Amino acid sequence: MNVLLDHLADFREGFIGTVLLTLASGLVAMMLGVIIAGFRVSPVPPLRMFGTAWVTLFRNTPLTLLFLIAWFVVPVIFVPGLSPWMKALLALSFYTSAFVCEAVRSGINTVPLGQAEAARSLGMTFSQTLRLIVLPQATRTVIAPLSSIFIALTKNSAIAGAFSVTELFGVQKLLSDKGFPITWIFLWVALAYLVITFSISGLFRLLERRLGVAR
Amino acid sequence: MTASVLFDAPGPKARLRNRLYSVLGSLALLALLAFAVYRLDAKGQLDPAVWNIFNNAGVRTNIRDGVLTTLKVFAVAGVLSLVLGLLLAVARLSEHRPVRWFATGFIELFRAVPLLITIYALWVLFLTYKNDLGVVGDNTAFWGLVIGLTVYNGCVQAEVFRAGINAVPRGQVEAAYALGLRKHQVMTTLLLPQAVRSMLPTMISQLVVTLKDTSLGYVITYTELLYATRTMANNIVVNGENPFTAVTIVVGAIYIAMCLTLSSLATWIERRGRRAKTGVAVAAAAEPAEQPGVLDVAHGPLGPVDGDADHTR
Repeated sequence: MNVLLDHLADFREGFIGTVLLTLASGLVAMMLGVIIAGFRVSPVPPLRMFGTAWVTLFRNTPLTLLFLIAWFVVPVIFVPGLSPWMKALLALSFYTSAFVCEAVRSGINTVPLGQAEAARSLGMTFSQTLRLIVLPQATRTVIAPLSSIFIALTKNSAIAGAFSVTELFGVQKLLSDKGFPITWIFLWVALAYLVITFSISGLFRLLERRLGVAR
Repeated sequence: MTASVLFDAPGPKARLRNRLYSVLGSLALLALLAFAVYRLDAKGQLDPAVWNIFNNAGVRTNIRDGVLTTLKVFAVAGVLSLVLGLLLAVARLSEHRPVRWFATGFIELFRAVPLLITIYALWVLFLTYKNDLGVVGDNTAFWGLVIGLTVYNGCVQAEVFRAGINAVPRGQVEAAYALGLRKHQVMTTLLLPQAVRSMLPTMISQLVVTLKDTSLGYVITYTELLYATRTMANNIVVNGENPFTAVTIVVGAIYIAMCLTLSSLATWIERRGRRAKTGVAVAAAAEPAEQPGVLDVAHGPLGPVDGDADHTR
């Protein structure tokens, strides 16, 4: 109990750090993932290949390795002078984008072909078909996997703490180095993560209820 | 191009347009590739001397040992996580309320906490009681990593087992009880074999996650593939700098090769299972976390399941 009360400021900083990093990476991953999913379902072979390669690469690389690339390769080869927080954002969002892409793609694939055919036979244009028929139905299917992807992202953001970004793992390290009992630190940090993940799953369940469509 | 939900079958105009996009897309991708190669070259990373380090016997031994260490951690943690998963799944389906509650609480806690947090906590704990732990105390980083991986992945595997058990039609269990089989016989001869058969692709996909997560050993300075190659790169100087880029490319390729081998095994088993027309349907070879349907089941063959997210008694 004392660990928490004496270092409330550290815990608060760490908690806010984790939430911010998760939110920012989640947004970037969503954008990237939707774009790559667009590539993967497009009628243009080279783009499809690029999308497939992207997903295969990022899904089969350990996130720790991506962090190392962001820290030691990206600054040397591409963009020097990024802050640690930006590098963590890069690693997390690129990794997560592959999973988002797959979720979006399978969501689009669950819409029955007859729906699109009916829309076209009514004379709808491509964008109308997409906007009014396909996407509303795909969104519903995508919400559940997206919820687990964002929960996984929250947990993955802990690796950023090992690379000197302020978040909850950093707090755990700091306080355990100060000699506090690790069991108590673990329990408080675990509780903080439980709060975040429960909020995410609650939010997505709410979304699911709001966006529900009859099938 | 088969018919897709997004596009009509392309006519002559659309075909021409798609070809144009293909050409433009190819050019853009080539430009991207050329830029990457150009930057690598500009930074002197394509210099033969940099890549020559992989001809050095010491470097090769180092990489080989790293791969073997990673595989050792993976093997031990993989087997243990499957065993723990089985135990937790059976405990969560138990008729004894305390057992069920304990299993549910354990699974929910360790699934929600980042693996790194668990591994680090275990490592510090083992270091603290180093002298009273015997085998574990001799190699704290190894056991911290292995037990952390086991606990987290065991919880996920438990949920996969449970989903497999719940996919078995209820009538089979009733028939088994009617024949006079005991509870443990129903579990071992009827439920588990079918659960494993239907969930094998998903279990292997979770093993891929386990393999990827062995790299967290880097954070607790355990010499698995990442940490071993990183310290190695720190000690080599080529043209006045450490060959981080070259080593990272090689290590990345090794990881991707290992994970892809395992993933394709899962996909192959899934395809093989799909051909069979009988029994419980085989689950997809996706990570369980990606398959929301896998991890929330309200009713199984053993009656309602408690502890699920939206299940109310």
